[in-house]
Amino acid sequence: MADNFTFELVSPEELLASGDAQIVTLPGTEGDMGVLAGHAPVMTSLRPGLVTANLTEGGETSYFVRGGFADISPAGVTILAEFAVPQKDLTREMFEEQKRIAQEDYDKHHAAGDEAKAANARSYLDQLNHMEPSILPA
Amino acid sequence: MASLKDLRNRIASVKATQKITKAMQMVAAAKLRRAQQAAESARPFSQRMDAVMANIASAIGDSESAPKLLSGTGNDQTHLLVVATAERGLCGGFNSSIARLARDKARELRASGKQVKILPIGKKGADILKREFADLMLPTVDLRDVKHVGFENANAIAKQVLDLFDSGEFDIATLFYAEFKSVISQIPTAQQVIPPEIAAVDSEPEANSASTMYDYEPDESEILEDLLPRNVAVQIFRALLENAASEQGARMSAMDNATRNAGEMIDKLTLTYNRQRQAQITKELIEIISGAEAL
Repeated sequence: MADNFTFELVSPEELLASGDAQIVTLPGTEGDMGVLAGHAPVMTSLRPGLVTANLTEGGETSYFVRGGFADISPAGVTILAEFAVPQKDLTREMFEEQKRIAQEDYDKHHAAGDEAKAANARSYLDQLNHMEPSILPA
Repeated sequence: MASLKDLRNRIASVKATQKITKAMQMVAAAKLRRAQQAAESARPFSQRMDAVMANIASAIGDSESAPKLLSGTGNDQTHLLVVATAERGLCGGFNSSIARLARDKARELRASGKQVKILPIGKKGADILKREFADLMLPTVDLRDVKHVGFENANAIAKQVLDLFDSGEFDIATLFYAEFKSVISQIPTAQQVIPPEIAAVDSEPEANSASTMYDYEPDESEILEDLLPRNVAVQIFRALLENAASEQGARMSAMDNATRNAGEMIDKLTLTYNRQRQAQITKELIEIISGAEAL
């Protein structure tokens, strides 16, 4: 049995999850990563996607997050997300809203001629489109 | 001397007023609880944010490459005052005390030859500041239709502020709001958000060593670039929540006072009314008796 570490998921509005976890997978900007206890300290920003934590209490739980970053240290993982919601509570309207925000972001950067940021926003949007069927209730 | 009927009407009207203020007080109390809860549950986020900001900022330091949002434009000629107040009145000195703080600051800045722009959030503060600084006002941010302040609201305001910053409209932004201490005490506060005041990194050796060891993915400057605008939104969000709680607190105590005053007034009026009625009865009795004696 793997060691436990503290996992916290915070959105601006509230503390969504806090507890002991064995493993947490999160969508980093440069690729998904799985975190076990005793991980080296890393700070990474996040793509839109699913954070999955294997919690001691409550078992495996998934959250949809957008924007923000994860603060990983040997002691635990803290995720600060601009928008976060448990996957089971995610509705189609919420998801459409997220896509709209991503689209706006893209349009803004594209109009400003900032291609690097535009490409980034574009990939976020693609990511959202790509995972839409898999995480939304039919 | 007011007639008995006048007094009766007066008492009835004060009683009606008292009912209204009493109801407003109770509504404010209920809303206060919710607003306080919202402010409390938002606290972990801004605390962590502050910690991370302090970490990264100390890692990057004052290097040339530091983004403008962190180090400032190197100028302090134009100031933006973001003044957050309520959309509604009848909450004691809440709106005016925030507006006063902003006004003093604006006067001070103008006296020292700086340029000032004011971005009001909420109608009440805008109305007060318009009297003196009509030419400095940017369009008011209207939150009248917003029941519960969400992060999106703060984000929209932050976007507006950042756009202004990017187009070089100002150098320094200060946020005005009332910090919620307790129901009877809300403290008008000014906080500089651009460039941010970074709290000194904890001097705990543990925290320090942790910060130097961090791996950044992507690198520090990119994360920082992502983080800084977000920090502005978080600060504004926090201010809005504090304000919401403060507003309800101020309204609650103001309405409590009003209810008490109305009660006192009713007592006084009732006393006058009874006295006058008694005087009239006595007068009538005297008339009857002296009439009987004359016979």
